[in-house]
Amino acid sequence: MAITNHSQPPPRPPGPIQWVLKNLFNSWYNTILTIISLGIIGVLLYALIQWILFFADWSPVTEFPLLFMVGQYPRDQLWRVGISVSIISVLMGLSWGIWRGLIQSFAITFGGLLGIVALIPVQMDFLTVEVRLLLLMNVGCILLSYWIGRVIKTSGLYVSIAWAIAILLIVLLILPGLNNFSINISGNEVIILPHVPTTVWGGLMVTILLSAGGIILSFPIGVLLAFGRRSTLPVVKIFSTFFIETIRGVPLITILFMFSLILQVFLPIGSRFDRLLRALIGITIFSAAYMAENIRGGLQAIPLGQEEAAKAVGMNSLQINTLIILPQALRLVIPTIVGQFISLFKDTTLVIILGINELLGIGRSVINTSPEFVQLQLEVYAFIALLFWIISYAMSYSASQLETALGVGKR
Amino acid sequence: MSDQNTNEQPIIICRDVNKWFDDFQALRGISMDVYKGEVVVIFGPSGSGKSTFIRCINRLEEHQQGTIIVDGIELSHDTRNVEKVRMETGMVFQLFNLFPHKTVLENITLAPIRVRKWPKKKAEEIAMQLLERVGIPEQAEKFPAALSGGQQQRVAIARALAMQPKIMLFDEPTSALDPEMIKEVLDVMIELAKSGMTMLVVTHEMGFAKSVADRMFFFDAGLIVEGGTPEQIFTNPQEDRTKKFLAQILTH
Repeated sequence: MAITNHSQPPPRPPGPIQWVLKNLFNSWYNTILTIISLGIIGVLLYALIQWILFFADWSPVTEFPLLFMVGQYPRDQLWRVGISVSIISVLMGLSWGIWRGLIQSFAITFGGLLGIVALIPVQMDFLTVEVRLLLLMNVGCILLSYWIGRVIKTSGLYVSIAWAIAILLIVLLILPGLNNFSINISGNEVIILPHVPTTVWGGLMVTILLSAGGIILSFPIGVLLAFGRRSTLPVVKIFSTFFIETIRGVPLITILFMFSLILQVFLPIGSRFDRLLRALIGITIFSAAYMAENIRGGLQAIPLGQEEAAKAVGMNSLQINTLIILPQALRLVIPTIVGQFISLFKDTTLVIILGINELLGIGRSVINTSPEFVQLQLEVYAFIALLFWIISYAMSYSASQLETALGVGKR
Repeated sequence: MSDQNTNEQPIIICRDVNKWFDDFQALRGISMDVYKGEVVVIFGPSGSGKSTFIRCINRLEEHQQGTIIVDGIELSHDTRNVEKVRMETGMVFQLFNLFPHKTVLENITLAPIRVRKWPKKKAEEIAMQLLERVGIPEQAEKFPAALSGGQQQRVAIARALAMQPKIMLFDEPTSALDPEMIKEVLDVMIELAKSGMTMLVVTHEMGFAKSVADRMFFFDAGLIVEGGTPEQIFTNPQEDRTKKFLAQILTH
């Protein structure tokens, strides 16, 4: 029998205007409520915008923009930071071109942030034409290397190696361990990279270095600890469990104190352990313990049949874990991991107690420079909050795009 | 067929295999020889130990007493031996267990590339031949979730065959499928049986057993109650339990 029933599909959901009429203006009291609410929102928005544009005094920010960005980093050495940003731009673009969807959102967000800063239509002292051009040049780098990546179509392995080399380069460029890197030019010793002690580092740069370092280092440690806790080898299992539970049972601020004070006691007398490095280690082990539990949650969600199927085709346990179990587990826990990265990013403000001038610390020292700035605390903290919000939101947005690209929840 | 091969060494030798899950004894002294090219069907009520038994043959379960020798390699705690046996033994599961984060083609080529160390191109060529053989070459680039149950199980069969195993184990391969999909999977299995593959099949598909099995074993409570050719089992079962069970599943 032929199917003769050509019934109509149900009506589509109404457009925005119908929605507003139906839900906000459908009776006289709803109309009044809507108008009152709109009025309150309007007044608040008006007051906020008025404050931002006319009443607030942004002079602490506009007078010391570089302080907020890089702290006391010597101004004649700033090119080292600039080159580091450019290296990252190039690699972002290259990875985008080769890995496409997986990196795309991160590259676009990164380039977008640089571009927005470059094109802010407000006259600011530190945003000189040169700075704006340099920022735009970075955006250009991303696009150009994206195009190169698409054309050369090299293997992802080489891009990974390039990233490793780049991170090493950046470390050499801006890290303090390198004392006065110099070369001999016809008998004269020329110092190319003068020593910049970490004590003068500060601002957004330190915040980003600590959180990026913490994220990059804690991730693999967390993966190992997660597998360790599931291991059948008693020693490995007990060690992993003990490590995770101990670290999770202690507040981050305590760990930071411990690393800044107690570590010094155990080290041989006379050896100096860089303050920033101590903070980074503290943040890393703290984050690794939480990371381990998040990843273990993902590992446990993978059905046993996956492991059995992999065993049945003769894979060894390393292949089973790296090719079958871990990729699926990580996809499941992307939202949790990103949440952890965002809180790690914000937790870096705690290193202020070690005397490290990250973004918040710089804000406080700017406020303390003069009595009139003390009156402008609100502006300084609002600016810092805005920076934190932009970067946190960019991370969250990129991650949700990554989930879409990976088809999480769909297959 | 077993009669003609008596002078040949069996490819699977099981002697007095015992297996406990805590206090529950799942296998009670199972002994069975399987010769090359034989198709053996194992059936019985749930909890009778039939799945446990074939999972012991590629050591997804460890037997605690007795001997299992597969293709001349004895299964023991030596993981090298276990991996060698698994390379020669394909397995198809009730719930397919395809890798959901890999495409159909990647599911099939993964083990040949990583375990057999074949070049990617060779592995893909063979994978495509196998997909032709199971009748779904057009699905190669899709992810498993986009396939029907019958198609997924056929991919699972192709994945197991890609390692070019000497033995194929089927653990209730059609139990999770809709009736109309059972046939497409059975057709593939029948074709495989006729090509001379050594197969151990846990199934209740008695039509399949009738048409291709060389021998059948009825399991109950961890024991082999009765074994023989399909003709013996269907027309002249010796044991009451076998008769009762066959009566139950054949009346439907």
